[in-house]
Amino acid sequence: MALRAHLNIAGPAVLVLVLMIAPLLVPTYWVMILSEILILGLMAVSFNLLLGYSGLLSFGQGAFFGIGAYSAALMLQAGYTNLFLILLVGMLLALIIAAVVGFFSVKLDEIFFAMITLGFGMLLFSIAHNWRDVTRGSDGLPVFVLPTLNFFGAEVSFYSPIHMYYLVFSVVLVAIVLLWLIVHSPFGLVLRATRENKQRVSFVGGKVNLLRIVAFTISGTFTGLAGVLFCLFNSMATPEFMHWSFSAKPVIMSIIGGTGVFLGPLFGAAIFFFLEQIIIRFTENWMLFLGVVLVLIVIYFPQGVLGTLKSKLLKGEPK
Amino acid sequence: METLLLNTLNGLSWGMLLFLIAVGLTTVFGVMGILNFAHGSLFMLGAYLCMQSMQIFHSFWYGLLIGPLCVVAIGVIVEKYLLKRIYGRNVSYQLLLTFALLLILDDGVRMIWGSGYYVVEPPQILSGIITLFGQNYPVYRFFLILLGPVVGIALWSFFHFTRWGKTVRAASFDNVMAEGVGINVPLIYTGVFALGTWLAALGGALAAPLQSLNPSMGDKIIIQSFIVVVVGGMGSFPGAFAGALLIGLLESFGTVFAGRMQMAIPYILLAVILLFKPNGLFKKGV
Repeated sequence: MALRAHLNIAGPAVLVLVLMIAPLLVPTYWVMILSEILILGLMAVSFNLLLGYSGLLSFGQGAFFGIGAYSAALMLQAGYTNLFLILLVGMLLALIIAAVVGFFSVKLDEIFFAMITLGFGMLLFSIAHNWRDVTRGSDGLPVFVLPTLNFFGAEVSFYSPIHMYYLVFSVVLVAIVLLWLIVHSPFGLVLRATRENKQRVSFVGGKVNLLRIVAFTISGTFTGLAGVLFCLFNSMATPEFMHWSFSAKPVIMSIIGGTGVFLGPLFGAAIFFFLEQIIIRFTENWMLFLGVVLVLIVIYFPQGVLGTLKSKLLKGEPK
Repeated sequence: METLLLNTLNGLSWGMLLFLIAVGLTTVFGVMGILNFAHGSLFMLGAYLCMQSMQIFHSFWYGLLIGPLCVVAIGVIVEKYLLKRIYGRNVSYQLLLTFALLLILDDGVRMIWGSGYYVVEPPQILSGIITLFGQNYPVYRFFLILLGPVVGIALWSFFHFTRWGKTVRAASFDNVMAEGVGINVPLIYTGVFALGTWLAALGGALAAPLQSLNPSMGDKIIIQSFIVVVVGGMGSFPGAFAGALLIGLLESFGTVFAGRMQMAIPYILLAVILLFKPNGLFKKGV
């Protein structure tokens, strides 16, 4: 009991502390890598609300990421520079589209769910790719002016990577705490019940489809938020965000980190980017290497890195 | 009238190629329950190895024979050492393992042959053009249109009239029962995966003279084959045929009536089928 409690409290506290101090100690290049880890980590954690907690494999998460990114890029081009407005509108748009896609998709299970979300994702990708008047097609939408923040009377801009990092860090922290609260609420518990046995939940009166739509919508909304952040970080929104190969990223990160642990996908994102940084120093064939790592993890560590570590540490501890 | 004919022929030849690839995918799914993300990469590998064998033996036909067989050897190793370990595991692990294979194969090809384009010439007898109703049309595409049904009928006969084929169908119907009456199910799985791999690679070798070769040529085809398999019904043979022709024709006619948005049509079709007829247009039956 003691060890588990320590891990659950001390782990996140140490993590937050490290993430707060780290950018002051590492070179700018790594500050940017850390921002990227946090943004994609948020995408992966919200994706895992579906895979880990509802047992639904979505292969179209990129679409919501893209909607967030495009919404931010379009607003900034139109001259809206209020940071909170940009974050909120991006989330709201992702929420609406996710609710629609979820409404249709959650009736299906397993491979069929994966296929229909892939289909909807690619449908939205086709729109982003071909609606050139609005999205400029495959060129993408560049962002020239970043939003500013009035921080207790001082105007803060986000052109420096370290300011951008702290913006990303604060938003991701709040989002992750919210997701944690959702996962540990009664709603999260019932959601896990639908993963274990859908029939029994509906026998005792649970509305499985409604629960799944809500989960899908929440996941899409936070993925949209990650998309807004990425657009600000990257100064660009491109159709590639909505392609299925981008949607595969949160899947990969979640499986690497472990879908059974709340922060597993965030660790997966960190491992993904660290590995990439190490590998590209030696070879251009990062994808080949990633493939080999994935094969090893799927076959030998199905619980993921963090999941395996946790169950090793807690061996013999009562639940 | 001319454009109608031209679009029909284009749609049919692309559809037949798609059929070869999708039929392998659907057979593997029907028997083993695995949706192989790397199927498009096996297609791509088939094209490259065909090209490589052609450079060695100076004949398209040797390339067509040897290229796909080399890919089958890789497929057998993959099944025996990797896929075997994840049968019965959650769908996400299966998709992810085959996705990892896709990454390895795509990047492996890029490492060996580079990311540039290669062009393969069709053999002498198939390289001319035929004039039909005043329209010129490449012989090679007619060859594909004729070959599709031949392969389809051969496969269908194999599964329905031979002892081996019937054994495979028995194993896909109920593998525990099949094992119980003495059928070597693991061997069948290896065989079926080898067959699926061969079909994908054959499709690749056949596609080589039609399009230029590059390491990501499998990425478009895998998504289209997924759509074909879902639309036709997962594991269904006639479904794969009908679905492939439908997607092929939609691809060639789509540009006529939808312009740039033609790209979205297959995905809309996919969603509509999954929502209203989740088992596909044709019932399951390997």
